[in-house]
Amino acid sequence: MQKLINWVDERLPIVDAWNKHLGKYYAPKNFNVWYFFGSLAMLVLVNQLVTGIWLTMSYNPSGEGAFASVEYIMRDVEWGWLLRYLHSTGASAFFVVVYLHMFRGLMYGSYQKPRELIWIFGMLIYLILMAEAFMGYLLPWGQMSYWGAQVIVNLFGAIPVIGEDLSLWIRGDYLISGITLNRFFALHVVALPIVLLGLVVLHILALHEVGSNNPDGIDIKKNKDENGIPKDGIPFHPYYTVHDLLGVGVFFFIFFIVVFFFPEGGGLFIEKPNFEPANPLKTPDHIAPVWYFTPFYAMLRAVTIDLFGLDAKFWGVVVMGAAIAILFVLPWLDKSPVRSMRYKGWLSRIALAIFAVSFVVLGYLGLVPATEGRTMVAQILTVLYFLYFILMPFYTRMEKTKPVPERVTG
Amino acid sequence: MRKLIFGLFIAVLPALGLAAGSTVPLDSFESDHSDKASLQRGAALFTNYCMGCHSMEYARYKRVADDLEIPDELYEENLIFTGAKIGELMKNSMNKDMAADWFGAPPPDLTLETRLRGEAWVYSYLRGFYKDESRPLGVNNVVFPAVGMPHVLVGMQGLCAVEPNIGTPASVEPLSGNINNADVCPEYAIEGSMSGPEFDQAMYDLTNFMSYMGDPVKLERERLGIFVLIFVAIFFVFAYMLNREYWKDVH
Repeated sequence: MQKLINWVDERLPIVDAWNKHLGKYYAPKNFNVWYFFGSLAMLVLVNQLVTGIWLTMSYNPSGEGAFASVEYIMRDVEWGWLLRYLHSTGASAFFVVVYLHMFRGLMYGSYQKPRELIWIFGMLIYLILMAEAFMGYLLPWGQMSYWGAQVIVNLFGAIPVIGEDLSLWIRGDYLISGITLNRFFALHVVALPIVLLGLVVLHILALHEVGSNNPDGIDIKKNKDENGIPKDGIPFHPYYTVHDLLGVGVFFFIFFIVVFFFPEGGGLFIEKPNFEPANPLKTPDHIAPVWYFTPFYAMLRAVTIDLFGLDAKFWGVVVMGAAIAILFVLPWLDKSPVRSMRYKGWLSRIALAIFAVSFVVLGYLGLVPATEGRTMVAQILTVLYFLYFILMPFYTRMEKTKPVPERVTG
Repeated sequence: MRKLIFGLFIAVLPALGLAAGSTVPLDSFESDHSDKASLQRGAALFTNYCMGCHSMEYARYKRVADDLEIPDELYEENLIFTGAKIGELMKNSMNKDMAADWFGAPPPDLTLETRLRGEAWVYSYLRGFYKDESRPLGVNNVVFPAVGMPHVLVGMQGLCAVEPNIGTPASVEPLSGNINNADVCPEYAIEGSMSGPEFDQAMYDLTNFMSYMGDPVKLERERLGIFVLIFVAIFFVFAYMLNREYWKDVH
């Protein structure tokens, strides 16, 4: 075995790679429960890829056959129901772990210098993930698949001058049709997964270049022993590989409860109208995107005033785009001398709490039909969402921070 | 604080399930896919009364025969009217265009009806017909107003003269011992062959069968789920011990 390793290593630096990324990658020893979600996102990604490959083997990407082929998978394909529920539940689980992973980053300042690129690659992953989920949701060709796609693609039509042609170009037809299904299928199973995998590699390479942050936001490389090893660092393998297994156990327990007992997730993971085949002539009473898009959908609907001679819908799209775009510049908005929420002041803590609550409540508002009162709440929360970012340069500078310890704490 | 945020996040999730739903009051329904006798009676009712117009074209006869423990020959003889082979999909021979002319819209496929509208909706709908001379077919439905479907089960239920009491469960008056709402229909225009409770039981069986058809793997899925969770729990114990062994020298 050793001879084989040596033979390969002389031709390809596998020992080097192993040491750099696992065996001698020193991670802070004080990771807490929030640090499970990165590895869990990788786990869910693998689940999506593997189940996706097998689903593709039995799925029929055509307007005539798509809906029936999903039921064929559910009823006639051996273990097809399990593959499909693992994939559909996995999509929601992906967003759960990614949202928690991102929140961890906000809490401990993981985006701050020198980790700006890690944050940006992460945001790109999030963006591609949303595109991937959106296109995947069309594939079962149910009513909500169809009308959800119709609504979202029509949003591009709100852009002045080029809008109509742009949405026509995306659909490849005057309305969502089998043509659209075919191209979404190609993008969902080939193009976007390749981009996603590439970004995940970049995300991890950038992380391993500068090293992991930790709940104290301390740079562990400042405190090294005589061998040049960080005093507060431990090798990722075996310490964090065995540690992450605990997270995997807990995650799988919850995940499989959903897969085996509540695969529809109470109508959140598989929406009820999707049990009816797509029908271009029949609009459902209430079109709601899947839960992981609803915060942004609520922001879109919250914009109700026409401005500068442009439709409110256009400004809604602008707000929705800005809500995601502003996340990209976060590393340059935070002017705090400390990273972690543990040592930041009360202003930062209150701002983060308001931000998190706004995001969750907007998510709820995006799911339910709009009423006058709800729209007003959504408008207030949208403003609060943006204020978290826009005011960040001020409150992070104004507040009094606590002294950061030399070494990591517990 | 972060615990609070996380708690809020988790607390809001289940409430979201109530977001969409019908506004008409419905009778509650609890399906039982392990009650094979009920499912068999439901299959017989569905085949005899519904399948002339409504297909179940995503399912196969053979699967139903196997799951409901009906021998293949018996199933072919009694429950396949189209001459289809037992391995085929459960289609029917009604022409969709002609059906659209007759009823205003072609009768929908019902394989997934209980998952689309909910079991309680189907159970209530089946018992919700009443006499309404203003409608072209002379009947209407409290759950589905201006319905295009005739009251196919009129021979069994009879025809209710007034709107049936859907959504108000039967209750016993504590003083007199009288049972209220034992029959959803307080007054019949035409008497049927079944009493109110008998018809309710028949509709329970029919809805139960449709619920099974919408999710035929449910029993097997939940049975397997228990073993999977036990496996994950045991895995966690080993992972926990392995982790403790490695981490005891990290201070």
